[in-house]
Amino acid sequence: MNAETHGAGAGADTFTAYSHPPAVRLKAEQVSYAYSATDRTAPKFTLGPVSLEAHQRELVAILGPNASGKSTLLKLLAGLLKPLSGRIEIDGEDVSAMDLRTRAQRIALVAQESEMLFPLRVWEYVLQGRYPYGRRLRFETAEDCLMAGNALAQVGADALRDRWMDQLSGGEKQRVILARAMAQQPSLLLLDEPTQHLDIGGKVELLRRLRRLADENRYTVIVVTHELNLAAEFSDRIALMHRGKCLSIGSPDEVYQPELLEQVFEAPLEVEMRSTGRPRVLLRGRE
Amino acid sequence: MRPLTPRRILGVSLALVGVLFIECVISLRLGAYPISITDILKTLYYGVVGHWDNVPDEYRSVIFGIRLPRIALGILVGSSLSTAGAGFQALLRNPLADPYVLGVSSGAALGAIVSLIFAPHVVGAIQIAAFVGAAATVAVVYFLGRRGGQLDTATLLLAGIVAASFLSAAIMFLMTTLSGRDLRGMAFWLMGDLQTPPPIQNVPAWFAFLFTIFLVAAGAIYTTASDLNLILTGEQEARHLGVNVNRVKLVVYVAASILTGLAVSVSGAIGYVGLLVPHAMRFLFGTDYRLLIPTSIVGGAIAIVLADTLARTIAAPTELPVGAMTALAGAPVFIYLMRRRVR
Repeated sequence: MNAETHGAGAGADTFTAYSHPPAVRLKAEQVSYAYSATDRTAPKFTLGPVSLEAHQRELVAILGPNASGKSTLLKLLAGLLKPLSGRIEIDGEDVSAMDLRTRAQRIALVAQESEMLFPLRVWEYVLQGRYPYGRRLRFETAEDCLMAGNALAQVGADALRDRWMDQLSGGEKQRVILARAMAQQPSLLLLDEPTQHLDIGGKVELLRRLRRLADENRYTVIVVTHELNLAAEFSDRIALMHRGKCLSIGSPDEVYQPELLEQVFEAPLEVEMRSTGRPRVLLRGRE
Repeated sequence: MRPLTPRRILGVSLALVGVLFIECVISLRLGAYPISITDILKTLYYGVVGHWDNVPDEYRSVIFGIRLPRIALGILVGSSLSTAGAGFQALLRNPLADPYVLGVSSGAALGAIVSLIFAPHVVGAIQIAAFVGAAATVAVVYFLGRRGGQLDTATLLLAGIVAASFLSAAIMFLMTTLSGRDLRGMAFWLMGDLQTPPPIQNVPAWFAFLFTIFLVAAGAIYTTASDLNLILTGEQEARHLGVNVNRVKLVVYVAASILTGLAVSVSGAIGYVGLLVPHAMRFLFGTDYRLLIPTSIVGGAIAIVLADTLARTIAAPTELPVGAMTALAGAPVFIYLMRRRVR
């Protein structure tokens, strides 16, 4: 990946956004959660308390090893889990107080993989994203079709619209799933390990696309990922999770401290600062 | 993009209703007493507008007394079973689910057999007992199928299968106590049978009662049609998109169980229709539940009326149980559809 070509485009915009900070879009204050097997047993896993803020047009990456609480945090932000304590707000509105459809108009969560029982066409799938805007039995309006069409065009999947979902490649499917989330016209776009089934080209393309969408559509994008270098390259802010705690939040160069990363990921890692101001993580070879 | 419109739903449904009407007229024509198609249409017309003076008595009793009630029962049962089947397939997210998968039919059969043993000559007892058996099974399976206060698909399916096998064992046990004549009646009942006469004299009122229950339950499922479309792509995803998944599951579970109980208590356990018809309709008209439910309602009626017409004419004057006919004709069609689906 050539960082310089990227930095000239989206990166420049980001720094503009920083110099005139827009209003806070997402605000999580001292949020905590606990999983237990039954109501009576002690919790198996506890998260937090975590505090997090994200602005319009910002891309925030949540990093951490397995079982560090990344996905739980994402579910809390999506309103799918109710926090034990603390409060999550979007544009000043409490997420847990929103009704289901209003929440789906503000927050779109892009799932890892869609498990479909019966085959669907791509356009039918993307139109599902318009569900929060309709009433019972809702028949899609011309506006719904326009929104779905725009979303497909923005992810470059216009040509796929009449294909069957189960005949798409991993990268194509990922783009269509993203288009459905965009058809929700959310202000907050959440993605849970979206790069998992993609090759390196697909990963870079996806993150570049997310970066662009954050800028063009004024989304706040939050991505849970294992990709340290891609996160450093594309995100404005990084939250580093470890054993249910948020150890560090800040810009990539602030968070990527070698000792901290080594402690969290339990691997010999080196951090190298690049001319773009973004860090790069390397695996330290055997000496 | 060609999104589904109410007009398309109406057009497709009316076309199927046309097919059903033609099939009904043909079915009315067939039987031991010969009546021409013209006379059938005339009798139907005068009957509907209430001019009985123009209708010969024998036509009236053959068409309105014997053949039409049987067709009406077939329509009710076929529509109920296929709507319930479509509902359970979405609820359990399993293409092999049918109305009986959760043990409702076994509960109804057990109720029927208990009434045959203890109240063999009470009019209407078998229907009531069957409905009570079905309702009790639905309630037990519902409570067994919950996890963390919510209906859990896998747990529900397991609870249903366990309940069905337990009840089947109880039926086997009780059947050993039946006499030869009752045993034959029971066997016919387990296979499905549209011959049972209405338990009350006022036949139109009986059917009005049954069809009202049907309309309420099928209507309840239809209100969740667009939610079911999303649940079919994943429960979690449906939640993200704003679907109240728990409420939808409860509505579909209760309504589909009522439809199954309704069908089983008037006709016994007629197999394959609830499994096959929704798949055939998907194959023909797509997977959107807003279209699938109306087409399954009419398609189920078409399938049962056809199966019953064949069952009573193929080996006339001997009648085959309609359940055997649906299985005989349904199994090959189902295998064909299943093989086609494998890409």
